[in-house]
Amino acid sequence: MKVPHKGAIDCDLHPALPNASALLPHLSEYWRDQLVNRHIDRYSFVLTNYPPNSPLTARPDWRRAPGMPGDDLELIRRQALEPFGIRFAICNVLHGAIALFNEDMAAALCAAVNDWVVKELIDREPRLRASLLVPAHNPQLAVAEIERLAPDRRFVQVLLFAMGEMLLGRRLYWPIYAAAEKHGLTIGVHAGGTYHHAPTSSGWPAHRVEDYIAQSTVFESQLLSFLAEGVFQKFPKLKLVLIESGFSWLPALMWRTSKTWRGVRSEVPWIDRPPAEIIRDHVRLTLQPVDAPKFDPHVLSRTLEHIGTDRMLLFSTDYPHWQFDGEDVLPDGFPDDAVRKLLIDNALETYPRLRDGAVVGDNARDKEAIR
Amino acid sequence: MNVPVRSGTASSRLTIVDCDIHPAFRTPADLHPFLPARWRDHMTTFGEHLRQGLSGQLAYPRMTAAGMRVDAFPGEGPPGCDLDLMRRQHLDANGVEYGMLMQLSRGGMEERNLEFAAALSRAVNDWQLETWVKKEPRLRAGIVVPQEDSAFAATEIEHRAADPAFVQVIISPRASDPLGHRRYWPIYDAAERCNRPIALHVQGFSGGHASTGSGWPTYYMQEHYAATSGMQNTVTSMVFEGVFERFPKLKVVLIEGGFAWAPALGWRMDKHWERMRSETPHLKRPPSEYVREHFWFTTQPIEEPEDPQHLKDIMAWIGWDRLMFSTDYPHWDFDHPQNVFKFELTPAQQAMVFRGNAKALYGLQ
Repeated sequence: MKVPHKGAIDCDLHPALPNASALLPHLSEYWRDQLVNRHIDRYSFVLTNYPPNSPLTARPDWRRAPGMPGDDLELIRRQALEPFGIRFAICNVLHGAIALFNEDMAAALCAAVNDWVVKELIDREPRLRASLLVPAHNPQLAVAEIERLAPDRRFVQVLLFAMGEMLLGRRLYWPIYAAAEKHGLTIGVHAGGTYHHAPTSSGWPAHRVEDYIAQSTVFESQLLSFLAEGVFQKFPKLKLVLIESGFSWLPALMWRTSKTWRGVRSEVPWIDRPPAEIIRDHVRLTLQPVDAPKFDPHVLSRTLEHIGTDRMLLFSTDYPHWQFDGEDVLPDGFPDDAVRKLLIDNALETYPRLRDGAVVGDNARDKEAIR
Repeated sequence: MNVPVRSGTASSRLTIVDCDIHPAFRTPADLHPFLPARWRDHMTTFGEHLRQGLSGQLAYPRMTAAGMRVDAFPGEGPPGCDLDLMRRQHLDANGVEYGMLMQLSRGGMEERNLEFAAALSRAVNDWQLETWVKKEPRLRAGIVVPQEDSAFAATEIEHRAADPAFVQVIISPRASDPLGHRRYWPIYDAAERCNRPIALHVQGFSGGHASTGSGWPTYYMQEHYAATSGMQNTVTSMVFEGVFERFPKLKVVLIEGGFAWAPALGWRMDKHWERMRSETPHLKRPPSEYVREHFWFTTQPIEEPEDPQHLKDIMAWIGWDRLMFSTDYPHWDFDHPQNVFKFELTPAQQAMVFRGNAKALYGLQ
């Protein structure tokens, strides 16, 4: 079904850089030389889940030639913001800088991407907000980047990836969460990542579609990691958003984890209440891709009931990835009162900066309208 | 998680097929009579060669009593090594009509030296017959084979298949490659020809990869769950690599990996298959249809939603004909047949899950 209200908040929009040379103006002389001399500026830094011509990477009617899907702001407005009546959209730039082993180069490129996002996207389009790209494999450098850009409140989230060097709950990463909590930034974990480990516990699947399906199981592992390591006890204000891997897998995880916890709680004594309750308080998931049966709204509504709260799901289009057709971004089976929460309220509750941003955004939009 | 065991009585009405019972060696030397001298010496001198940092113990220590029911320790040796105690405490007390032996350790599945793995496999299969099945007619053996040597595995399957005591083929779902890979197909070919299901029980030992796509968990709590995620990956691999197009009569039993995830995995596979189907043109049907036709699920450790009725939705979505009761005796997270389900089953559902589905799958009377 179509979006029934104006003012939806899209929590997963993927603008793309035209190519790495777009970063050159945002890099120091040293890194400009490195990129140019080593021909690194000629690469596109596409992450492995999204080869440019793969059906998943862009909806056929959202493609344009030449160019990367998502690299044109005017098209983003026409295809992603206007049809869905978007008030805010959070830009998650899926840039391959995060998969470089060289931590310094990764940090430099992440910073350049963030500066590019400011200049090319959020300065130009007041409905856009953004996630901060950081080199998570070096938490010190990641924190420095958070501190550098946290004053710009249009950055609402720190973007991490599901597949990294280590599970994200580990204490090594806690400085990132301390910085995020301090600045009112949400932690977003997006599908995909470095592929520095095999995507599954028995190795490397043969097909891309298997990699993509496996992302929900990597999210399971990450969610368990945040939970078991006590991240939510240490950072009680922190919200974790799991981006682009569905939500219908969540009930089974909550049931099993709450049961297992009763047997293993002495191993993780800081978990002082059933995990399902902690998950419902701290974890959010974006809507698309909806991994529920398309033609059976009853199953979806039962699954929502299994999740046990209508506060956890955040509206997303996943533009320009091909997850739905036309304007039917909402699956059938959502109760009416859950739709408003999904579209607006849940995101405002999850992202503190969208709440103050609501005022900023309205003013900016008003100003633009007057102009 | 330890369920207090009710004292069963002969008048107990419920009879069951238990699809997950773990026998044990009193000592590793129990295997010696079944090993050639060369491998007996090797076992004594070098032991097993696994893909982990600790020798002779698990890197994620279990919770209670090394993962065992504290009341299941016999006078001597570990739980599961004493047939009389198993009879008294479980087979008789819980009305077990048939019990499927699930021998995991020292069967060669996780051994790096493939020649040793083959010797272990033969020995463990002989040991199951001599120590258990010949003494206790309610028990059935599994053909334990090292999946990394599929040529040997196929030979061993064919060799054992003449004996109806062996009802299934046991390999590790935590293999060195996802189980859909072609290197494992000779195993499926043999299993299909010999009309034995493939049994995949969650595994404590790595096949060489971290237990998650983002590295190693810290706590047993996480490692325990990773087995469930791994089962989903295994199903995905077998379906998408076209195993069931090539082996249309192959049946797979997933043991101790849970089942509540199965409908959601089916929806997710269907969704992305539809989008990406030109990548896997060898699939003729939506992935969930292969799951519905080829996979069976055991129930323990059963998922426990806050509202027990929710589990009923899941069981209906999977299909009542595909769920088989299991206890995991003598492990600590044993599910008791009397209180495993927190909601009412119809008599027909009860008959299917506790007995009928397993009897049909394994061809038991």
